[in-house]
Amino acid sequence: MTHLEQLEAESIHIIREVAAEFENPVMLYSIGKDSSVMLHLAQKAFYPAKPPFPLMHVDTTWKFREMIEFRDRMAQECGFDLLIHTNEEGARQGVSPFTHGSALYTDIMKTEGLKQALDKYKFDAAFGGARRDEEKSRAKERIFSFRTETHRWDPKNQRPELWNIYNAKVKKGESIRAFPLSNWTELDIWQYIYLEQIPIVPLYYSQVRPVVERDGMLIMVDDDRLKLLPGEEVQMKSVRFRTLGCYPLTGAVESEAATLPEIIQEMLLTRTSERQGRLIDHDQAGSMEKKKQEGYF
Amino acid sequence: MVHQSDLIEHDIHAYLKAQEEKSMLRFITCGSVDDGKSTLIGRLLWDSKLVFEDQLAALEVDSKRVGTQGEEIDYALLLDGLQAEREQGITIDVAYRFFSTDKRKFIVADTPGHEQYTRNMVTGASTADVAIILIDARKGVLTQTKRHSYLASLVGIKKIVVAINKMDLVDYGQARYEEICTQYGELAQDLGFEEITYIPISALKGDNIIATTSQTLMLETNMPWYDGPALLTYLENVELGDRATTRPFRMRVQWVNRPNLDFRGFCGTIASGQCRPGDCVVVPSSGLQSKISRIVTMDGDLGIASAGQSVTLTLEDEIDISRGDMLTVPEQRPEFADQFEAKIVWLHEDALLPGRSYLLKAGSAVTPAQISALKHKVNVNTLQFEPGKTLEMNEVGVCNIALDRAIAFDAYVDNRHTGNFILIDRFTNATVGAGMINFALRRATNIHWQAVEVDKQARAEIKKQQPKVLWFTGLSGAGKSTLANLVEQKLHSLGKHTYLLDGDNVRHGLNRDLGFTDADRVENIRRIAETSKLFVDAGIIVLTAFISPFRSERAMAREILEPGEFIEIFVDTPLAVCEQRDPKGLYKKARSGELKNFTGIDSAYESPENPEIVINGAERSAEELAGKIVMELFG
Repeated sequence: MTHLEQLEAESIHIIREVAAEFENPVMLYSIGKDSSVMLHLAQKAFYPAKPPFPLMHVDTTWKFREMIEFRDRMAQECGFDLLIHTNEEGARQGVSPFTHGSALYTDIMKTEGLKQALDKYKFDAAFGGARRDEEKSRAKERIFSFRTETHRWDPKNQRPELWNIYNAKVKKGESIRAFPLSNWTELDIWQYIYLEQIPIVPLYYSQVRPVVERDGMLIMVDDDRLKLLPGEEVQMKSVRFRTLGCYPLTGAVESEAATLPEIIQEMLLTRTSERQGRLIDHDQAGSMEKKKQEGYF
Repeated sequence: MVHQSDLIEHDIHAYLKAQEEKSMLRFITCGSVDDGKSTLIGRLLWDSKLVFEDQLAALEVDSKRVGTQGEEIDYALLLDGLQAEREQGITIDVAYRFFSTDKRKFIVADTPGHEQYTRNMVTGASTADVAIILIDARKGVLTQTKRHSYLASLVGIKKIVVAINKMDLVDYGQARYEEICTQYGELAQDLGFEEITYIPISALKGDNIIATTSQTLMLETNMPWYDGPALLTYLENVELGDRATTRPFRMRVQWVNRPNLDFRGFCGTIASGQCRPGDCVVVPSSGLQSKISRIVTMDGDLGIASAGQSVTLTLEDEIDISRGDMLTVPEQRPEFADQFEAKIVWLHEDALLPGRSYLLKAGSAVTPAQISALKHKVNVNTLQFEPGKTLEMNEVGVCNIALDRAIAFDAYVDNRHTGNFILIDRFTNATVGAGMINFALRRATNIHWQAVEVDKQARAEIKKQQPKVLWFTGLSGAGKSTLANLVEQKLHSLGKHTYLLDGDNVRHGLNRDLGFTDADRVENIRRIAETSKLFVDAGIIVLTAFISPFRSERAMAREILEPGEFIEIFVDTPLAVCEQRDPKGLYKKARSGELKNFTGIDSAYESPENPEIVINGAERSAEELAGKIVMELFG
């Protein structure tokens, strides 16, 4: 078996195991490339049936418009059951990355929003598309990551995982986050998308887009909620995104890569790790780890 | 040069085509921080360009702040994941690292070498194809080298690389290298490795990590006397020996796929062997056979599927198959038994207690199981057998295991994927043990229940009663024996045939070999539960009055009886009242320290979660309470 065939088979095994062991699983769908791969694997795992769980998107209301269009189009084409949840209280209070800072905003709209949704539907397992190669603290993450009743992740209280046998036992209120893409790297993801021709949001491909330079990052002007600061000006640049999230927090990279092979080529020839485009990781040392303890993916 | 940069730059399509043929290798590195393990992995990531610019910037800052290499880059810092651990200067647990070359993708299990080493190493090694044993050239073969090698062999790793590190600190001396090779060869003699490769390296300086042109030509190298492969060259080329494919077909069913009435597919990952449409398969638990009709995938039906693939099989006949069942070839069936011997590695702070009921998960098959005997422990440093009553965390033992129902399995040495299991604590849900099956116990396969003509129902009918167990549980002095006695008197006067098992009559006879450690308490209750079951089978109403402090054992007693037969009566008298009563003066002794492991004082009592009856022994007279119990049960 090639490495991609092996990764695919192992991920399918994990997805089936979650479906079989839990009463009420959900697949978190972030609309990014990893989510696209995870969804594709879920379809493979249960073919010819549809995946026996819904997809859920936690909408912060600050996603790129193209992401929302893509999400709705995919939901229609694939016919999957899509739940959308927004932290309405946060939205009512006008919590935004501009007014509240990236840390507080992420906490309220993303982490809190996710917890609300998990509580609301009483999911006992949630698939996430996180990979171990993304960030140092994720290298130790389990494939079945145990969460307490309050959704906290305790790095000292995780279950050892041997072979491909996963312990799925939880008490009422507790849950598992399952990461079927744990052992994939960014390169694996791209190669698989290329080989399997998996649809992805067009923002990954380079195109001339309006951006402003802010804090050393290129932020795309996706709607009129982005107010220019003194000295800033909108520039038209050929850019693309290596990772997708909330548009005010996601930096674009200047690029001419307009096809999958070009994206892969560019990735291999540059030496900048993937999450650099995301503001939230830079807040403080070990910040991803702190966010994980609090319940962020 | 690890990645073909030229090809990437000039013909990305050709590069991608080549990437499609890459295979995957999982390996584990064993050694302590002092052996330069983190430096070695950091170096492999570094040299295969898996370190990015922003990580490099962070690394430079960190190296100056907490590094151990002065102004130089401390590669080890690339690996430390969790903040708290980084500050303590230790890593806990297993971290997985990834790098790739043009030939292979690698997954490295990185486990630290401190006191929890056994648990972590076994976890990391369970999926590894190759183990790299690091030896500090200055120190040579140490106790830990032996431990690492034993654990690698325990989990079935057949290919070992002995990386003799820090050669720069012994002047790249060939004699020292050869001395260590000889020492290791002796150590590994009985460990059953198929292939041992010795490589002298310096992780810090980069010697023999990656083959450079000058090394290939043996020019200007620090060790011109070494003509073997560089470490990465070995890892890229070591044969993965796909023996799993040549073994008999096995697949545990994970999921039964029924999108509509016309389709019934059995989903699973093929553990070993191959299958084709038309092949005969058998379900060992029922003995039913059928033929594979299709191998279904989203990319179209397959003509053949092999070990490692996740597939969906449909069969020609409608036979009853559910999750946990194994599909196998009829000619070479797996074992099917409810008792086996296995090696167990204990992973949890709460020790293994023989007799306690754990959940055993073997692939997708889950069943309650008990350790019926701990035959001996294996000292992982000396490999000597040692006697023991329990297994503590990080200990390895050879045990007999009895399952509540038979499952299909193979010996671990024959099949790594169908001979393994984990043990789960039934109350905390923690993963507490990992097991590797040695063999089925013959008495399990050959002894069948004696079918008897006069059965439980017949015996109960003569007595005109429903046999059951009234299981009184609670603290010492709660009033269990008093209540059980009064209840028995009342039942007797109603013409019921009863028998009272009390702490004292059992402890003096059947269980006189048992003390009061947790392990003995578990065994005590197990025997009482089994005895109760025999009495129930005889048609009798049994009353038991034991502290029975652990939920697990009470749950076990409940499970071995039929539904409705086990009545848990929680005598919930407050500790203060029990202590004041102190009928046998035991609390006084416990408080003064004369009596150890006394429930409620220095040993836990786990209250029942859903008892049938709860009685507060301090509220009313024993006579009234006994009357209430009889009313409730026999109204």
